[in-house]
Amino acid sequence: MRRARTWLPGLLLVTPSIIAIGVFVYGMLGWNFRLAMTDKHDEVSEGKFVGLKNFVDIWDLPRWHLSVQHAIMFTLVFVLGALVLGWFLAFLMEKGIRGEGTFRAIYLFPMAISFVATGIVWRWLMNSGMEQRAVGLNRLFDWIGLPQWQWFRDPDWGMAAMALPAVWQMSGYVMALFLAGFRGVPEELREAARVDGCNEWGVYRYVVLPMLRPVTLSALIILGHISLKVFDLIVAVSGKQIITDVPAVFMWVAVFDSHDPAKGATIASYIVLSVAVFVIPYLIWSVRKERRS
Amino acid sequence: MTAVIGRRRVSTGVRLVLLIAFVVIFLIPIYVLLVTSFKPLTEADPGQAWNLPRTWTFEAWRVAWEKLAPGLWNSVLLAVPGSLLSCVLGSMNGYVLSKWRFPGADLLFTLFLFGMFIPYQGVMIPLVQLLVNLNELTGLQGVFYGGIPGLTLAHVVYGIPICTLIFRNYYVTIPDELIEASRVDGAGMLRTYWSVVLPVSAPAIAVVIIWQFTSMWNDFLFAVFLTGPTSWPTTVMLNNIAGAQATPYSQQMAAAILASVPTMLIYVLLGRFFMRGLMAGALKG
Repeated sequence: MRRARTWLPGLLLVTPSIIAIGVFVYGMLGWNFRLAMTDKHDEVSEGKFVGLKNFVDIWDLPRWHLSVQHAIMFTLVFVLGALVLGWFLAFLMEKGIRGEGTFRAIYLFPMAISFVATGIVWRWLMNSGMEQRAVGLNRLFDWIGLPQWQWFRDPDWGMAAMALPAVWQMSGYVMALFLAGFRGVPEELREAARVDGCNEWGVYRYVVLPMLRPVTLSALIILGHISLKVFDLIVAVSGKQIITDVPAVFMWVAVFDSHDPAKGATIASYIVLSVAVFVIPYLIWSVRKERRS
Repeated sequence: MTAVIGRRRVSTGVRLVLLIAFVVIFLIPIYVLLVTSFKPLTEADPGQAWNLPRTWTFEAWRVAWEKLAPGLWNSVLLAVPGSLLSCVLGSMNGYVLSKWRFPGADLLFTLFLFGMFIPYQGVMIPLVQLLVNLNELTGLQGVFYGGIPGLTLAHVVYGIPICTLIFRNYYVTIPDELIEASRVDGAGMLRTYWSVVLPVSAPAIAVVIIWQFTSMWNDFLFAVFLTGPTSWPTTVMLNNIAGAQATPYSQQMAAAILASVPTMLIYVLLGRFFMRGLMAGALKG
């Protein structure tokens, strides 16, 4: 009883947040799933329970297939691109270099800008006009003798181009993560490896890289969950065009243009599930790890 | 020995050249934004796309400002109170979850953290419905749904996880003895918070305000679902301006810069804290 008196005030102080998270996160996720399992395909009908019918039926829509394929290609290019570029920038800087602060600030500043503003510049840069009508990168490429591209309007590789602004925006963040990771490797460990006869490459391969694994995992999770729900950037660059459709944009169209709540909720549920399958194990793992240390 | 030093110098040179090359690539979009925004309409032809303006003009900036100003103001009304509210909630939660723990606090914290990663699409339809209901219930049309208060509410609630995380990770570094000493002196939870914890909270407060301000300012998803023409914040207005076929590039670019000025200023002036917020996002425990 005495104990309860010591911790009870704490619980009370957190109660408003517990209620808010309970209602707005878990309650609404549940509500959304329930809506996805009804036939409420317009604003007025009551919506009868139909089980997982919507989750199955949506695979009959060519647009859904397209948007899933687009999301996968975007994710692959964005996550790998930002990871590799961020890692490389950190690698170039990790031993200290003159002007490091300036370099870091420049690589990182795109993060302060909204995806909408980023999208406006990159839409200009990735304009698909060619020859006389070329602006943006195509004009630049024309001058230096590189081939011109359709960019995000390319039917096959458009989403790879769409990932470029996202790489531009997020690789500085990844760089900062890796730089902290590199600096977290104790110099004595590197020295010990050198004494044991490792060359510099060996030091990286057997000492530094294994110690970067947790950072890499964090970066993967963060980039992955940004990527699977990408919305602003796509809308700012190309609007609601099918050629760059992704699930988040499709959901927006389903809710506002098709006025089909059940379909919108179904797409939203798939987005949540695609993130949850890797974020939940990661959270459990990282909380356990923290408790151990 | 000299060979080693020589090789190291070469490798430093190569690294420097590569880093500078990346700086140039990273700055290309900024060059485009600035240069295009100062061009008069007469220089809008594709052939001069990459040239500096021959005559510099503020005309596009003036028009962009006129079109964007209501959105900028709405964003201020959203992000200033919103980030302060986030701070209050995050600080209280972080304090309790690190220094005044109750049974099940770890589980609760994990449940909170999941809220940080959920794609907001998953709550959007119910959220819209709830805010519409609140409008009807209170009789306040255009306040919750279609208004800045509703948008602020959404941002503050969904910001609880990250703000709690930042404050909690910061408060963990306060020695338990300080809290204990305060308890022994007979101070209760709130008294201890007020006299021991809050006075040293400044760095975490800065991180949370910067983080929340930036994400509220830059958000598009909540804004596009929850607001209407009179309450559109900057991002939605910017997207509308840029999406209109008739808007010349110079105005689009000027508007994009104007929309980014507040967050860029924060980044330049308070970059150190900005970084810490980013690192907290990486769940560094």
